[in-house]
Amino acid sequence: MIFRPRLTRFLAPLVAMLASGMTPLRAAVPDDFEQSVAAIQAVGPEGSGNVEAAAAWKKLSDADATAILPLLRAMEKSSPLARNWLRSAVEVIVDRELKAGAQLPFDELGSFLLDVRQSPQGRRLAFDMISRIDPETAKTLVPGFIEDPATELRRDAVKLLMDEGKALAEADKKQAAVLVYRQALNSARDVDQIQEIAKQLTGKLEQEIDLPRHFGFLMNWQVIGPFDNTKREGFDTVFPPEEEIKLDGNYPGKDGKEIGWQPLVSTDEYGKIDLNQPFGPLKEVTGYAFTEFNSAQAQPAELRLSCKNAWKIWLNGELLSGRDEYHRGQRIDQYQLPVQLKAGKNTILVKLCQNEQTQDWTVEWEFKLRVCDATGTAILAVDRPETQKTQAPTRRGRPADAN
Amino acid sequence: MRFIATILGLCLLLSASTAHADWRQFRGPEGNGYVEGNENLPIELSQETMAWKVALPGRGLGSPIIVGDRVFVTAASGPEQKQLHVLCFDNADGSLLWQRNFWATGRTMCHNKTCVAAPTPASDGQHLYALWSSNDLICLDLEGNLIWTRGLTLDYPNASNSLGMASSPIVVGDTLVAQIENDSESFAAGFDLATGANKWKIDRPKAANWTSPVPMKSGEQLVVALQSSEGILGVLPATGSEIFEFDKGAATIPSSAADGDTLFIPSNGLTAIKPSENGEKPTELWNESAQRPGTSSPLITDDRVYTLNSAGVLSAADLNSGERLWRARLKGPFAGSPVASDNHHLYIFNEQGVGQCVDLSDPEGKIVSEIELGETILGTPSLSDNALYIRSDGHLWKFAQKK
Repeated sequence: MIFRPRLTRFLAPLVAMLASGMTPLRAAVPDDFEQSVAAIQAVGPEGSGNVEAAAAWKKLSDADATAILPLLRAMEKSSPLARNWLRSAVEVIVDRELKAGAQLPFDELGSFLLDVRQSPQGRRLAFDMISRIDPETAKTLVPGFIEDPATELRRDAVKLLMDEGKALAEADKKQAAVLVYRQALNSARDVDQIQEIAKQLTGKLEQEIDLPRHFGFLMNWQVIGPFDNTKREGFDTVFPPEEEIKLDGNYPGKDGKEIGWQPLVSTDEYGKIDLNQPFGPLKEVTGYAFTEFNSAQAQPAELRLSCKNAWKIWLNGELLSGRDEYHRGQRIDQYQLPVQLKAGKNTILVKLCQNEQTQDWTVEWEFKLRVCDATGTAILAVDRPETQKTQAPTRRGRPADAN
Repeated sequence: MRFIATILGLCLLLSASTAHADWRQFRGPEGNGYVEGNENLPIELSQETMAWKVALPGRGLGSPIIVGDRVFVTAASGPEQKQLHVLCFDNADGSLLWQRNFWATGRTMCHNKTCVAAPTPASDGQHLYALWSSNDLICLDLEGNLIWTRGLTLDYPNASNSLGMASSPIVVGDTLVAQIENDSESFAAGFDLATGANKWKIDRPKAANWTSPVPMKSGEQLVVALQSSEGILGVLPATGSEIFEFDKGAATIPSSAADGDTLFIPSNGLTAIKPSENGEKPTELWNESAQRPGTSSPLITDDRVYTLNSAGVLSAADLNSGERLWRARLKGPFAGSPVASDNHHLYIFNEQGVGQCVDLSDPEGKIVSEIELGETILGTPSLSDNALYIRSDGHLWKFAQKK
């Protein structure tokens, strides 16, 4: 049973509601619950389904606490837009029930929280409700999230380890601090936490860590350039690498100069592929970077790109996406592109355009790309080479090493 | 000026019952920083006139808006500011009446100085329309019931700015007008107030742009002025049809301000134009290069236009001629814009959180009171019912004379 109110807590609001003329009885789960949820799940592009969803939302949010769990469960098969509708209905019910002195379905919320098949966002919402009801128990649960597939929950457990590592370091217990920080790093998926842990480990604690491997950055590429990008027209121009990948081929580049592929191996701890390095700090140019990714199996994955130049990206010859924005900023995982990897060799081609701006903050002609799953856990190529710490000598025309 | 402004204001507002007291959008009912009435605003900004101060759950620089006896503000929190909040406070005592939370469906990357809750929400007196830098656009009624949602980045994936979006939507007639302008998939649109569906959508210059649409008149028609680096496009709010164009360029941070059918544009300093009624180019009334605004948008009140330059110098100019009347140095730097009402004082907060009240009737403009709030303030104050509201990342304040 959902409600477990003490009599006095239940009666007080009841009397108040009767006195104010309000109806004391709320609907349980509405008879047309499934249809109402379906109406919300049907919201689509450009506002389609909003009218029906609003009517359904009113019914659902008017229900009592017995509707909370069915609404949370519905999140798993809902779009991001629909999840917001469902979340809002849940929160309205929760606020109203708590204000009325009713109790939330603690046991059911707990079961939902621990069911990793459910929506990560929904599970986080359930955890937040448990925290409102019973903050001490919620606190006790946090360390158990250290390997949780929901990064929304895992983050809190990693934070506990980071706090512990910091305390140990401040107490001059270096060995213990390193161990705790390393455990935190193994579990961390959020970039800001990884960066902070790495800073602590490589700083005062004097540890070496392989961040490119942790993230799954692709470090070994073949690059070619410069092609033209005068007046930013290179973004839509099809240059030879978009028609064929022939690593020993030569092509006319910008101003007619013959150009060919050459290897570029990154030694940057965050996987930066810097086209200024082989080609110089050029302007109004286009370059390409090509690599292969040997996947252990056919699997869903994400290509996560960081870039402040205009870019396009292809996987196995198929254009995934592109964006013609220049020098507005970059950060790790800036663009997250869901893909399906083939078992074995997958080809990745990145097009990178540099524009005409001359300010000192427009020098960068670079990107970072990693392969991971939807939670941010690195997917490594089966033949990924050791991460290089110093720049290897380059030799033109050599096939790209695997990543 | 006041008569025309009043007529325009009345035309703009759907509900006349509380129109005189409301502040329903960025920079007030006319989008020029001025609102009628409020003769008893506090001239003394101090602890004595601080009516209340409440904590906010996340970052934000969008202004609070006031509808009737309620204050609405948006915020964003959590890692990468992916948690979006709408809060409704009782303006009498600052008590939280309701809060709604949503997950961002678009990109939340932005420059550290700005944040995801940068746009100011808008209202038609019956509903609230909240937009975030993630391009989530959400309509709630004043009781917090969800009416519709749009994920504009889901619909238009490249409509984003890696520095962050900040343009505030406005309600004009029965249309919500928003500028979603950036280097890549740049557009402006009119949304149906009831359903969130596109009434119209037009391509806009592919260039980063943080300015907000401004309501104005052209002859007897209500027009929305859309500003960009190319200038101003005047469109009908219901259809997006072009009414006039000013093509001499304009700033992309400070917005224009209108006084009836005259528009004051941050262009080559400050340029005043009046659209023609026969389809010809607008008439340029005057241009003053010395009146160039910095980040702050111009304020129009008492037949004067006030601009703040990047050095923190406040200039008062004659509305009809552009002739400078006086200059006064305020304590900058400023990210927000000044506001004023019929007590003939100007209010602005600098980035260090120093609020300043300037007597505009003084021959040289005189700072008559200051208050240090001790927090970074990047937003613009709001005025309603003889009170001033201002927010930081952490708090919302109300200032009013003691009764």
